[in-house]
Amino acid sequence: MKSAPFAYYDPRTIGEVVGLLASRENAMILAGGQSLVPMLNLRVVFPDHVIDLNRVAGLDRVELTGDVLRVGAMARQHVLEAHPDVKARAPILTDALRQVGHFQTRSRGTFGGSLCHLDPAAELPGIAALYDATLHVEGTNGRRDIPIADWPQDLMTPNLTSDEVLLAASLSLWPQPHGYAFIEFARRQGDFAIAGVGALLTLNADDVITRCAIIVVGMGARPIRLAAAERLLVGAAPTADAFTAAAATARAYEALSDLHASTSYRQHLASVLTRRALEQAVFRCRELRNVHA
Amino acid sequence: MSTLRRIALTVNGTRRTCEVEAREHLGDVLREKLGLTGTHIGCEHGVCGACTVVVDGLAVRSCLMLSVQADGSTVTTVEGLAAADGALHPLQEAFWNCHGLQCGFCTPGMLMTLAAFLPARPDATEADIREVISGNICRCTGYESIVDAALEAGQRMKKGA
Repeated sequence: MKSAPFAYYDPRTIGEVVGLLASRENAMILAGGQSLVPMLNLRVVFPDHVIDLNRVAGLDRVELTGDVLRVGAMARQHVLEAHPDVKARAPILTDALRQVGHFQTRSRGTFGGSLCHLDPAAELPGIAALYDATLHVEGTNGRRDIPIADWPQDLMTPNLTSDEVLLAASLSLWPQPHGYAFIEFARRQGDFAIAGVGALLTLNADDVITRCAIIVVGMGARPIRLAAAERLLVGAAPTADAFTAAAATARAYEALSDLHASTSYRQHLASVLTRRALEQAVFRCRELRNVHA
Repeated sequence: MSTLRRIALTVNGTRRTCEVEAREHLGDVLREKLGLTGTHIGCEHGVCGACTVVVDGLAVRSCLMLSVQADGSTVTTVEGLAAADGALHPLQEAFWNCHGLQCGFCTPGMLMTLAAFLPARPDATEADIREVISGNICRCTGYESIVDAALEAGQRMKKGA
């Protein structure tokens, strides 16, 4: 239960981080440490070099410019949870953050760390996918922007070369008012979700769905956008039948199987949670529309 | 491999320095290098919450923070709750009064979680308390008496403020 030895670096600039990544074999980046340190302690990973981002200035910035929320890789989860811009413009992120780990892990856990660790049950990669995020990374060959759809390469494998580091993610926020819901199912508060669903939608004055985005986490190796369900719902009235039909499409995706839940159970759960998330999102959309009216 | 580092941190109001290995987590350093064995180490992978301490005002799992990362920080452990003359902290009084502990293994983590949470939220509801301590596992009490103690502590802290 103690980590194997490693060399530790606490650089102050991204240039130094990239230089270390490029020149050290078997190096790992340490962000909030709420996933990496357990893996070190359990000796699931044996890096020779640990490069800590905690003293790199400016990586924790959170900036709202128009409809784009740029979240620095080292923005702490507890800071985002209480951030007034997040609450006002992306309340689904506030709701999702409350379900990330526990009070004590959100003190140190970061947005970027979760995106890079890419646990299949993690909420934050799902939120990034819901908002069609662009990820900004830097390496020895300079900077590049990666659409969230191209970010997960495989189970817990982000689209990063060994000399690259995530700087920030830009989320394209939705105009107000919009409906939102993030619901997950876990055995206990704070446990990894067996499945979770996030939904965003807008209604026009005639109560027709004009835009819709749905994400499922915990089911596949990576967050799954329910594109078929979104297509079914745009242009439709938000009826129970429409939601049931849309939610049924969640069953068609490949699902993980482990000691917590079988494939078919996860598919069933994804479908049930999708329906509930849509219902809650519509309820909130109508409520907010009345407030804004 | 140069893994030894000298760190300086303020623990319970006193400046302490020590030499640590990069791989040593904060909980081990508090216990073994600084002699503060009030912080208990349970699972060492961030699940049980027993090792929770307050770092720069935030409740942190000390098994998930490398001690080198705490260089320059201000840390409060359970030993720092009571006053210098031994007078108990309102949280400790409430835990005593409500029988909020049995074996005591989880207690330091419970206390430090609540010490970080309650000052800003003394009127937290039972549901809020249950959510906050969901990151601390207790195998004795069934949590009822801990929740009672936390609610009472909030009121005691408000009165004392």
